[in-house]
Amino acid sequence: MLLLNNIHVFYGAIHALKGISFEVNKGEIVTLIGSNGAGKSTCLKTISGLLRPKEGALSFKDDDLTVVDAPQIVARGISHVPEGRRIFANMSVSENLDLGAYLRKDKEGIKEDREEIFTLFPRLKERRRQLAGTLSGGEQQMLAMGRALMSKPELLLLDEPSMGLAPILVKQIFEIIKEINSSGTTILLVEQNARMALSIANRAYVLETGKIVLSGNAQELMATEEVRKAYLGG
Amino acid sequence: MSNMKMSKLEIFNRKNVIMLFLLLLVYGIVQLLFQNQILNKFYMMTFILVCIYIILAVSQNLITGFTGQLAIGHAGFMAIGAYMSALVTVKLDGSLIAGLIFGSIVAAFAGILIGIPTLRLKGDYLAIATLGLGEIVRIIFLNTDYLGGATGFQVPKVINWTWAFWLMVISVVVIKNFINSSHGRACIAVRENEIAAEAMGINTTKYKVMAFAIGALFAGLAGAIYANYMYVILPGTFSFLKSFEILVMVVLGGLGSITGCIIGAGLMTLVSAFLANYPEMRMVIIAVLLILLMIYRPNGLLGNKEFKFDFLNPKKKGEENGTA
Repeated sequence: MLLLNNIHVFYGAIHALKGISFEVNKGEIVTLIGSNGAGKSTCLKTISGLLRPKEGALSFKDDDLTVVDAPQIVARGISHVPEGRRIFANMSVSENLDLGAYLRKDKEGIKEDREEIFTLFPRLKERRRQLAGTLSGGEQQMLAMGRALMSKPELLLLDEPSMGLAPILVKQIFEIIKEINSSGTTILLVEQNARMALSIANRAYVLETGKIVLSGNAQELMATEEVRKAYLGG
Repeated sequence: MSNMKMSKLEIFNRKNVIMLFLLLLVYGIVQLLFQNQILNKFYMMTFILVCIYIILAVSQNLITGFTGQLAIGHAGFMAIGAYMSALVTVKLDGSLIAGLIFGSIVAAFAGILIGIPTLRLKGDYLAIATLGLGEIVRIIFLNTDYLGGATGFQVPKVINWTWAFWLMVISVVVIKNFINSSHGRACIAVRENEIAAEAMGINTTKYKVMAFAIGALFAGLAGAIYANYMYVILPGTFSFLKSFEILVMVVLGGLGSITGCIIGAGLMTLVSAFLANYPEMRMVIIAVLLILLMIYRPNGLLGNKEFKFDFLNPKKKGEENGTA
């Protein structure tokens, strides 16, 4: 469904992605793991159009994504939950969700999806009139995910959903990610918490300084020596 | 979203009817006081200036308060509106309405032209760029002898209280409706978090330019009203100090609050008018007031809250999605 081929991305003079190639198939959970600065978030930003590749091919459902800009990429069914959540702090929870459906015109469908998101995240329903900035970290992560789902994506890009959350909340968030996936949304997950990410993913790619160094079935990767040593603490 | 549809169907709800009645009352009382000469020319000028500054502050607020772009070139757009409307009414013998429309549209057009390159900049860089552009506009008019140059451009006085007041009301209503529309929501999203807004599929550049153009349009309108009221317009009036004055009104009233910046504009204009007899003390008192305000109410008088008139409409109390 999503195909990256030999993607190069630069931040000014810094060569951040040095020829990344991978694919995500429909219905999968694929995770990118790697240490700080490996280029995981850069990958997601490139897919959602916030950054442009200097070289390489990027396509989604056989459409070339390198020629369309970010809003059109959302319209084609890719939704990005950016790192650090980035909710609209001075807006209410419902207004945040409404903005997620910004590109949609079907009012009835939006209403239904909002109800669905409220069943997925009951906490958001309780707090729907509260200003988003006053939510706890975990609730903000739920809101960011709910907001991204409001655009009815086929592919959801999740950037560090566990960042800054207590272990029990991390577990809860990952349960929800599995649930979203089982209802038909394909997921590309970027995580520092490699153990958690590998435990729910079908396949995984390991990034190191802008290159993919390992790839394969998530369970098998978890068992390999390199991954255990480098990312799972022995 | 469904709320918007409802309120469109209910234009003549109780709240709006009462608001219209209150506006008519304010307009009527002031008009009567002028006719009976209880209030003299000085008050007349002050009240009309209040209207002009309210338009300026509300339009600046759309750019800075709601879309979050710190642009300090409002006096430049005001100058474009003033000179272009005067061009139509004086040089081309056009009607006042033609002058007002032409002045506003040229200003909006200038806003788009200036906005497309400069709105890529952020924060202080945008402020410096727009400040410079405002000054360029002033210097162009200063050196255009056809439009009076440094000696000023004589314009007959045709604007009266009726024109100023109702144009102000129309401007505020248009901007308020824009902000409450989905476009306005998108602008606020740009202010809150540009990256997230873009990830939601909002074309951030488009909305920044749109807010800038609408802001410039109404700044141009305010300039046009000013030109056709003041007998003479001088390029020096539209210096960067004027831009700061407008920005101060917005910050004073509350960035992101329409009612707040209306109060801010009214207060600043009235204070400076009534201190006109003590010119040496005027700026000192205003400065002290501003310092006190920034210490005790750093978000402005109303912050980003709106003073709501919902109590006029008791039926709609249980409304969802309130934008507090």
